[in-house]
Amino acid sequence: MTRKPPEPVEVVKSRREAALARLVAGVPYIGFLGARFDRRGDELTAVLPFHPSLIGNPAIPALHGGATAAFLEVAAIIELAWSSLWQDMEEGRIDPAAETFPALPKTITFTVDYLRSGLPRDAYARATVTRRGRRFATVQVEAWQDNRAKPFAQASAHFLLPEP
Amino acid sequence: MSDRLTQAQAVMQSLPHAQSLGMILAEMSAGQATITMPYDPRLIGDPATGVLHGGAISALMDTASGAAVMCHPSAPAATATLDLRIDYMRPATPGQAITARAVCHHVTRTVAFVRVTATDADESRPVAMGTGTFTLERPPA
Repeated sequence: MTRKPPEPVEVVKSRREAALARLVAGVPYIGFLGARFDRRGDELTAVLPFHPSLIGNPAIPALHGGATAAFLEVAAIIELAWSSLWQDMEEGRIDPAAETFPALPKTITFTVDYLRSGLPRDAYARATVTRRGRRFATVQVEAWQDNRAKPFAQASAHFLLPEP
Repeated sequence: MSDRLTQAQAVMQSLPHAQSLGMILAEMSAGQATITMPYDPRLIGDPATGVLHGGAISALMDTASGAAVMCHPSAPAATATLDLRIDYMRPATPGQAITARAVCHHVTRTVAFVRVTATDADESRPVAMGTGTFTLERPPA
């Protein structure tokens, strides 16, 4: 019995990196915030490097609640888009270099809880798709700074999925 | 305008993130604040349509809400967002500024409650609506 040899790891990695880079580059606002995404296999961690323009209250100083909310929303949208892109890519239905790329989900509601004030440091976020239906999806996202066990903000969001 | 309101306006306009998003404080009075954010291509969420990212609108609505708390007649010393829920009703029309109007409609000794609406040029159809709770720090007696 002959089996197809597995793809070289460099090929697999560069395909996945290209798909993620293209997804993230497709949202100008992510560049404005200065956020990026670290990938381990299919797991994403959103990273928001600290920048003085993210400060809300210069007296403390603390991250702006709006910057925190935006970071969580970006992390949630990218996770949701990435998880469906991943499946399509791994099963060969989507070529990350193809001209057309799937549309992004649209936010319907976004609820953010502020647990402690954001420090003037880098922030990290991980999102989980709790449910994905045909039209709607629900995503939970949590952000932390120095200590993973002490999140400084969490959010829950409902999204409208793009037409297949 | 009273000294307190002038002071609140100065504080608002010194927030680095509000500044970097280009926010302009249009109005601030007794528990109500209106802030405008001009359209900016850097804030686009979907380049195919040119629609602004929800995150930028959230930041505007959060800022307007905090401003409404700060100018509440109870004269808080400071505030911070506890939670904020935003419903996005329709995409903002590309090219148009977004205006957030926030009303701090109730305060307790420690918590402020806010309603906030975001509109583009068509003010009859809001782009987003939100409700939030904020911490309220009373000035030392």
